[in-house]
Amino acid sequence: MILGDYLPILFLIILSTLFAGGSIYASSKVAPKRSTRAKRLPYECGIVPEKESERERFPVKFYLVAMLFIIFDIETVFMYPWAVAFDELQLFGLVEMVAFIVILLAAYAYVWKRGGLEWVE
Amino acid sequence: MSAIVDFFGIAVIIAVVKVVITFAALLGTTIVVVWFERKVIADMQARIGPSRWGPFGLFQTLADGIKLFFKEDFRPQTADKWTYAIAPVAAMVPALLGFAVIPVGDEVTFGDTTVGLVMSDLNVGILYFLAMGSLGVYGIVLAGWASGSKYPLLGSIRSTAQLISYETAMGLSLVPIALVAGSLSTVDIVTAQAGSVGRVTFFDGIPVLEQISAIFRFIPNWYIWSQWPAFVIFFIAGVAETNRAPFDLPEAESELVAGYLTEYAGIRYALFFLGEYVHVVVISAMAVTLFFGGWDGPTFSFLSWLWPVIWFMIKTVAFIYLFIWFRASLPRLRYDRLMWLGWKRLIPAALVWIMVTAVVNTAGVARGVRLGVFIGLFVVVMIFIARGDPRQLKPVSPQSQGRATRGVA
Repeated sequence: MILGDYLPILFLIILSTLFAGGSIYASSKVAPKRSTRAKRLPYECGIVPEKESERERFPVKFYLVAMLFIIFDIETVFMYPWAVAFDELQLFGLVEMVAFIVILLAAYAYVWKRGGLEWVE
Repeated sequence: MSAIVDFFGIAVIIAVVKVVITFAALLGTTIVVVWFERKVIADMQARIGPSRWGPFGLFQTLADGIKLFFKEDFRPQTADKWTYAIAPVAAMVPALLGFAVIPVGDEVTFGDTTVGLVMSDLNVGILYFLAMGSLGVYGIVLAGWASGSKYPLLGSIRSTAQLISYETAMGLSLVPIALVAGSLSTVDIVTAQAGSVGRVTFFDGIPVLEQISAIFRFIPNWYIWSQWPAFVIFFIAGVAETNRAPFDLPEAESELVAGYLTEYAGIRYALFFLGEYVHVVVISAMAVTLFFGGWDGPTFSFLSWLWPVIWFMIKTVAFIYLFIWFRASLPRLRYDRLMWLGWKRLIPAALVWIMVTAVVNTAGVARGVRLGVFIGLFVVVMIFIARGDPRQLKPVSPQSQGRATRGVA
């Protein structure tokens, strides 16, 4: 009955999505609609925006954080099965995981030394 | 009644009842938590806070919600229509879903049916909780990008970088819990924390420590005692995950207006707001479940099923209070210090703590070695953290910020 455990979650997804969607819909029926040019403009401290759309480039730093995140998050995912099975693996599991973490720490130290974790140069 | 039970099956009926009760309870809790936050902060700042609507101003949140419901919901012409519409839903739903794996009480028996007071006891409970936390990022990314405006975009990429950085620390901080409990199911973890610490055998044969360990018999067997470093990392990461002070940079009003919320109004803004407060409740409840014994507490024969629920609520409210206290006391972090704390302190500390927990729990290693590794690594971590005073970080000079700001003030 493993899949049955996920049944309440499915119901909760449906219920909360219906609630959110329904309240947006109901609000759009009762709320006033008086659109003016000023209201349609994107906010820029009260002045008329310089550009029409603001989906421009942003610092490459953020992409670096995203890549580091993927590495460490995958590491975390590897650790959970190991942690749950630790009672059976014992010393073997410990040595294996120490080796794994040391390899990762080497990469981590490299990123640190190269300034990959610095936000301000 | 029995015809309905026959048609859908008892499991489906129970699931529906659980979902409806949980959903209603979470919405009700949010209303009370917002009121609670405003009252507590007002008290800390020697103000009165909401006082007009209902007893002690308790209905103020409800009034605000109704007001937002009847407000015009306009969007900027630069917005991407569908993404802009989906974002509030994408922010709110995962926050609510996180509560599904939190056990609020012991099992209850109605007639011949036994129901656990948890929506679904998943065998991957912790992973599910982390996954729902990650999904919450989508709402923020979509909101910031879809608005087609300056401040929302900046706020949302900042927020994304912050959330995924602390996501890693949070994931690593829960590995030791899975290790000592031997399970990812939240119900199993609460069960493993039942009873008292009992006799601690770890210090047997060591003169003074052995006697001291006898008093542990009166202390509940919660993971906070053995796993407090994991708890500290988890809770800091949890506050960052919810975008609450002192980690509320995505909505730093002095520089980003309201971050990703800038272009949202009316009911859509209310949904973001709801999501954030539900997230606070979920993180608090998870901290209680994993580190403070969940619903564990003394029960009495009168209404014996209700006591665990009351204990769970008392503990959760204590953590919500802590969240509010943080907001009233701590100034916002600077962005580089935020990343410094996440990447250079919390992640290595969590990794070292996993190793410490693993070594201490390995039966094949001599006890003296385990004790040595435990104390040695503990000292190393303490020195490491103590050395990292953020005030030693160099201040950002106006010159390094480029020509634009040079010479201004």
